[in-house]
Amino acid sequence: MEQLVAVLIDGIIYSAWLFVAAVGLTLIYGVMKIVNVTHGSFYALGAYAAASITGWALRQGMPEGLSYAVLLGSALLITLVVAPAIERGILRFMYARDEVVILLITYALFLVLEDVIKLVWGVSPLFIAEPYGLLGSFDVLDLTYPYYNLILVGVAIACGAGLTWMLGHTRTGKLLVAVIHDTEVSRAMGINVERMYLITFTFGSLLAAIGGAFTAPTVSVVPGLGIEVIVLSFAVVVIGGLGSLPGAALGALIVGIVRSATVHYLPEAELFVIYFVMAMVLTFRPRGLFSLAEARKI
Amino acid sequence: MRPDRTPLLLVLMLAAVLVLGPIVPRWTLFLLTIAMAKGLVVLGLLLFLRCGLVSFGQALYYCVGAYAAGMLGRLYGVSDVITLMIAGMLAAALLAFVLGFLLARYRGIFFGLLSLALSMILYGLLVKTEALGSTDGFNVLPSTILGWRPPDDWVRYAVLACASLVAFVAALGVHRYLRTPLGRLAPAIKDNEIRVEYMGASARYAIHTKYVIAGALAGLGGALAATTVGHIDPEMGYWTTSGEFIFITILAGTGNVLAPFLGALLFESIRSVAFDLSPNTWQMVLGGSLLAVIVFLPNGLWSLFRRRKAA
Repeated sequence: MEQLVAVLIDGIIYSAWLFVAAVGLTLIYGVMKIVNVTHGSFYALGAYAAASITGWALRQGMPEGLSYAVLLGSALLITLVVAPAIERGILRFMYARDEVVILLITYALFLVLEDVIKLVWGVSPLFIAEPYGLLGSFDVLDLTYPYYNLILVGVAIACGAGLTWMLGHTRTGKLLVAVIHDTEVSRAMGINVERMYLITFTFGSLLAAIGGAFTAPTVSVVPGLGIEVIVLSFAVVVIGGLGSLPGAALGALIVGIVRSATVHYLPEAELFVIYFVMAMVLTFRPRGLFSLAEARKI
Repeated sequence: MRPDRTPLLLVLMLAAVLVLGPIVPRWTLFLLTIAMAKGLVVLGLLLFLRCGLVSFGQALYYCVGAYAAGMLGRLYGVSDVITLMIAGMLAAALLAFVLGFLLARYRGIFFGLLSLALSMILYGLLVKTEALGSTDGFNVLPSTILGWRPPDDWVRYAVLACASLVAFVAALGVHRYLRTPLGRLAPAIKDNEIRVEYMGASARYAIHTKYVIAGALAGLGGALAATTVGHIDPEMGYWTTSGEFIFITILAGTGNVLAPFLGALLFESIRSVAFDLSPNTWQMVLGGSLLAVIVFLPNGLWSLFRRRKAA
């Protein structure tokens, strides 16, 4: 019983983290049809920015309670600097290329950003543990969990709800849905698709950076942070269906629960099982669990 | 019709490697052999790219080939380079044959993602298998050739000689294959698959064949890398290794079977030089050159030779 509860709680916490890290990927794919490897870099950038800025602010005597806002602010700051530069400076010239070629371009950018991070922040690990320990912890049965994990879950719910609300109830969101549905018709109807791409790329990357920023207090921030995240995010969004928002949530939940179950019952299979699920989904529903049939275009 | 110069070029390359091998500094032999191993993998990816497919999991077969070779040494004490390469090739080809039934149905991004998932499955298994050294991997026996253990100074050269013979045969074979009707189908599949089917050809069958050939080549490369480096670990199956292979494929271009080997040699050289000069920016150099190649030379470095010839 206790183990079952532990599986469930660990799974949900892990799912929340996965969802935040991966949901931007599905948004960018949905609108721009780009499988974006730089997503991993933005995760890492978010983590680095959060660790260094929050650490600096705390050393300046900032009250610790504000550190959560600073985590969020640093993710926002770094994304607003880097994402538009990449989209305007490089990606926008590539949209006419093949899906696979754009993927390779984002992979090249990912390699470049890996080293940019090393140049800016150096190679020694950064720690910013204060926000993690600040809130204390709570008990479920005999298990102890830090309250910080609840913040992670909260961030995930806020991201999901915010994104759903934005897509369904704001002007920009509705325009985005139109672009997702049919880029060419949207353009013909006078939507500034270029601008939508810029917004989407920045916003999607911001979500990755937020994921990184809120993970920073729980880990040591080291080079190569984004490398693992990017494949995990691929797994999550592919399981749910590339481009689908509820799909990303479901994918995160499946991967999260399955992983935490294997960690508890069969730790040897921890990594294996995630990609096994991904391969199974691709085998039986190649377009993911939440996807509409697509007409074969000639 | 222009005479086919590629076989001649291949013979010249082989002769150059065999003759220059004893003269050049020792460390270049290692570089050359690893480039040869990676060139073999990329030769397989070239077949995919000609169909417009990009595999993000070719490290799967590279890793299978390496582990097949390593385990043969560990369990049965086999250290013969040629046996190991054949074993690596067969193991990978068999796996590719089975998985090919599945993958030959996929195109575009989904082909890439499924192959990624499959390679990560192997990685996930290896990392947690303590009998095979988990993340540390294990050491491979020192190489011998047909039961003969060359003197220490000459091992590298001997392995390189075997490797270049194998690579020569593989490159010539693929070159021939590209000229068969099945090989010529690739650009057609890339352009319009439905038309290929109206012509009466099966795209799925063509891709499955290519998948097995590419798998076998990657297994060959993996076994060669294992016996050259003398150590294997799960990292060989991680997605970054696959990324490296794609990188070389794009860098080299699909114009000729020689391109993968030259591309791999260039890649390994850039990496060693950049890594030596500034360990923290070598990935940036690689990423930058990949971007430059995609933007300015969409058909890879090989297209430089082509253009000059046409002019």
